[in-house]
Amino acid sequence: MRHCVGIDIGSTCTKLAVLDEDKEIKEVFLRPTGWSSKETAELIKDQLKDKGIIAENSKIVSTGYGRASVAYADKAVTEITCHAKGASYLHGAKNLTVIDIGGQDTKIIQIKDGVVQDFMMNDKCSAGTGRFLEVMANSLTLDISELCELAKQGSNVSISSMCTVFAESEVISLMGKGESKENIAHGIIDSIINRVAGQAQRFNLDESEVALTGGLYQFDYIREKLSSVLKKDVSVSKYGHYAGAIGAALVAHDIL
Amino acid sequence: MTDNVKMWTELGMDVENHDNLCQVLPTAVGDVFLSQENRPKAMDFWDMVISDVHGIRPAELIEAQKNGQKVFGTFCVYVPDEVIIAANGIVTGLCGGSQFWVPDGEKVLPKNTCPLVKASVGARLGRTCPFFRIADIYVGETTCDAKKKAYEILGEDVDMYVMNVPQMKRDIDIAHWKDEIATFSKKVEEVTGNEITPEKLGEAIHILNERRKAMARVYEARKSKVAPISGRDALLMTQIAFFDDPVRCTEMCNRLADELEERIENNNGVVDPKTTKRILITGTPMAVPNWKLHNIIETSGAIVVCEEMCTGTRYFEHLVDESGTTLDEQYMNIAKRYMKNNCACFTPNGGRIDDIIRLAKEYQVDGVIDCNLKFCCLYDTEKLPVKKALNEADIPVLDLETDYEDSDAEQLRTRIGAFIEMLNA
Ligand code: SF4
Ligand code: SF4
Repeated sequence: MRHCVGIDIGSTCTKLAVLDEDKEIKEVFLRPTGWSSKETAELIKDQLKDKGIIAENSKIVSTGYGRASVAYADKAVTEITCHAKGASYLHGAKNLTVIDIGGQDTKIIQIKDGVVQDFMMNDKCSAGTGRFLEVMANSLTLDISELCELAKQGSNVSISSMCTVFAESEVISLMGKGESKENIAHGIIDSIINRVAGQAQRFNLDESEVALTGGLYQFDYIREKLSSVLKKDVSVSKYGHYAGAIGAALVAHDIL
Repeated sequence: MTDNVKMWTELGMDVENHDNLCQVLPTAVGDVFLSQENRPKAMDFWDMVISDVHGIRPAELIEAQKNGQKVFGTFCVYVPDEVIIAANGIVTGLCGGSQFWVPDGEKVLPKNTCPLVKASVGARLGRTCPFFRIADIYVGETTCDAKKKAYEILGEDVDMYVMNVPQMKRDIDIAHWKDEIATFSKKVEEVTGNEITPEKLGEAIHILNERRKAMARVYEARKSKVAPISGRDALLMTQIAFFDDPVRCTEMCNRLADELEERIENNNGVVDPKTTKRILITGTPMAVPNWKLHNIIETSGAIVVCEEMCTGTRYFEHLVDESGTTLDEQYMNIAKRYMKNNCACFTPNGGRIDDIIRLAKEYQVDGVIDCNLKFCCLYDTEKLPVKKALNEADIPVLDLETDYEDSDAEQLRTRIGAFIEMLNA
């Protein structure tokens, strides 16, 4: 059995996808990237061996910020190309705008007729990334799903600081003033959604479907909010977190 | 080397700090240039100059000063070299292209000033660049706000003359620029003690036109799909042209062009044209030793074939009409040529967009990378119309912003890598 393996080494989380020769998804899993992406890559190699996935005629493609650390990969491809491929595969749309909110960066990729037409990346600052949400949730001693639940019931608070560090102190001072957790949570989600939507709106979304990938795909509230700000139905896939890894596996399939 | 240290000490430089720069430069030159394969042999000249960039040319300038010549330091391709050369003066570029100088600039400038300006001011005030020490006078210009204000700060430490560059290109602006050049020539006569005559000015115009033609020949060769020279090497040639003696520069560029033309005939390129994407770079200028973008692009499966910027086509495109016989005619001819330069300081600046589209076609590029230095709002703002026009012309474009630090190198590599993958798809 020949396998196509995609390894997406992100800044916080490493995702892996295995496809068979018919491009069927056979397996996906994830693990924290940890301090060293080289070590993570080696651990994954052992795991793949144990599962009997690495074989002579399998192909392995790495992507993500740690893509160069996978010494045993047959090819390294950027996360833009892989996300685009993976999301097109998952959503089956020819014209698609992918919004990927990652741990430390946010990408918006516009795909036309199945190929990347344009993209933008925010990786200079944690505003509008998963990291922003994580820090904010922490400051309220919540996890992200609890944050979303509370946000649904809140209203009327806005977080004005773009910068994660300043936003955190803003949250703390709101708590000090006795503002409810619900309202603060509401403001936090609004802040990231507006930021991400603002970036997405630089692209023409008229003739394209919109998909949300990355770890936040699982939170329905985020998807709904994003849909309402963009005035577009934003879709997600249950494999949303694995879009990059699946895309890498598809590249592996191309070179089988 | 010991001679250099003596020279730097005599120039009043901070030799100890300057050592830090001397230590990293050779590695950078090795990594960026010497590691390339199958380079044109004629690059040996520029390899030599850059390997001892703070030694060879500074020593020549000091020698010339001993013989009574004056050195004018400039920051912009709008300052007309012709006038200075006509009075037997010497021109040297003074733009700072390294992070090394930025902290010294930040001592007196707001953090959100572009790194080119911060580095230029830092190189002077930190006393860590021989060219900034040697120049007898600096010639600035009223182009962008960051530079205008920086010249006021530099003016407290060094003799500073500022030319009033118009911000529009109507006939009255060209006439104004002509007057400004005439006024500048008086200053140049005063500094050098030499009179500018129509004969002298005619000669200078000719010398600089010859340099433009020689550089244009090298760029012409870059249009070929054979790709006879890397973007890095061509950029180095252009950067050094700002410092070198114009006659020698012409000779070296012609020598390089001869070799490139021969290479094209023999189909001897530096990359495989079938698998390598051709890129035009546009945006803010790249002062020595800023090779960051070229290096990333050319180690990611593409080659830079043209730069639409002042360290690129804007330096040599358009000749000065040589037919003028009176100073008045000559100043007008000079003014007309310089006002063809499409810098983002001007409004409107549609000419730059036309240039980008034209060059993209002439150089047979697969894509354009539009990159500005951080905090340069002029070039940043022009990105949108540039993108629009390129989209309409069906030419792929990637927008970037960067500074002199290395910290964003991997992020740039991802964006550029993705762009090249996109061109290959
Ligand atoms: S970009 Fe504008 S201001 Fe800068 S050197 Fe060129 S012409 Fe002068
Ligand atoms: S890069 Fe922009 S801000 Fe910097 S000196 Fe040039 S025009 Fe001015």
